Amino acid sequence: MNRMEESDATVVAQVLAGDRDAFRVVVERHSHNIFRLAFRMTGNEQDAEDVVQETFLRAYRRLDRFESRSSFSTWIYRIAVNCSLDVSRKRRHEEESRVSPEPEAPDPVLSLPSTGPSADRLMISAVVREKVETTIKALTEKERAAFVLRHFEGLSIEEVARAMGLKVNAAKNNIFRAVQKLRRALEPVVG
Amino acid sequence: MTHLSEEQLILFHYDEAEERRALEEHLAACELCRSRFQDLERDLALFGAVPVPDRPEDYGQRVWLRLRPRLMEPKTFGWRNLFAPQRLALAGALASLLVVAFLAGRYSTPRPTQSAAIPAQARERILLVAVGNHLERSQMVLVELANTESKGPVDISTERNIARDLVDENRLYRQTAARAGEVGVASVLDDLERVLIEIANGPAKISPAQLDAIRHRIEAKGIIFKIRVIGSQVQAREKSVAPPPPGGRI
Repeated sequence: MNRMEESDATVVAQVLAGDRDAFRVVVERHSHNIFRLAFRMTGNEQDAEDVVQETFLRAYRRLDRFESRSSFSTWIYRIAVNCSLDVSRKRRHEEESRVSPEPEAPDPVLSLPSTGPSADRLMISAVVREKVETTIKALTEKERAAFVLRHFEGLSIEEVARAMGLKVNAAKNNIFRAVQKLRRALEPVVG
Repeated sequence: MTHLSEEQLILFHYDEAEERRALEEHLAACELCRSRFQDLERDLALFGAVPVPDRPEDYGQRVWLRLRPRLMEPKTFGWRNLFAPQRLALAGALASLLVVAFLAGRYSTPRPTQSAAIPAQARERILLVAVGNHLERSQMVLVELANTESKGPVDISTERNIARDLVDENRLYRQTAARAGEVGVASVLDDLERVLIEIANGPAKISPAQLDAIRHRIEAKGIIFKIRVIGSQVQAREKSVAPPPPGGRI
């Protein structure tokens, strides 16, 4: 069998048995997903790259904690979420200690021309994008992680709960709150 | 007719509603809920408007090439390098500095000293940064253990090593806080120290029951929450003594 066709659990067993290079299979298999998740969580390309490296490094070093009955992708998502939160906290801390608050920029939504029908669609889409980006960043860590995992990564709520170490109801409530906050933020743009 | 809640509509959208058939029937019959559901679908589609930068097809291979040499490094993570022995010396020096600054402020009249070479505000800021880092690293260890789940033995040797470094740092900060009359902070650091000692002196491999006991101790004392509170107070103080940005004022 081609190595790339082997299951994650088989590959993990090979690594634990001493075949370090077998880890390459899970790295190649999950890198794109982890990058996407990390970017959604941190909102920064370089930070997302760092998260990808740190996630696989942590996973490799804790591989003996992985239980083959569970899903490797959920397990590694959990590590990636934690790494993303660490990086975001560190970034926030650095920014807070470096820069004093600047006067608030005018709300791009409020500065939109009020002539609805003639409004430039491209501009609206840029405004929506910016609004979504800033609102996702303003969510709490749990809300952001739960929403990104459910909405963008397509994990079921049960998987989200497992990936975040939460009870299913708590994961569900975080998703509800995230969607509600995002919708409220979009209200002025989409009416 | 009882209309559907936003939560029910969200679950329906994600195909996670338990009573799916009933919701479908309601949506077919109720124009208002149907319209609200369409609005929800439109909004959720807009959330996808934020693009993720493309990665090349061979991205996984590139990640592996960067990662592979690091797999052979000794077991120290980026942020864990902060636990080098020289940091401990720095922590001691900073703690002493705080005591000196505190005592100097309380019992002496202002006079030029050697430490006057560093402005008081800068000294306080250095100390606050160091304490902030200590709390952040302690929190990471506790969160890591609190989030670990296993049905078999767990290897916590990494956390144990970090805890050993943190214990000494923590003792210095706790004693300093107690001497400075910061009773609340000293009490939280005392709780933290007990957990750190338990981890540091425990075995590298622990059973799920032992892990549960550690987790219980962390949760029962609400240590993570308390550390976060102190951490944000430290950050706020750090900000208040931060120098103005260059060019900000003449």
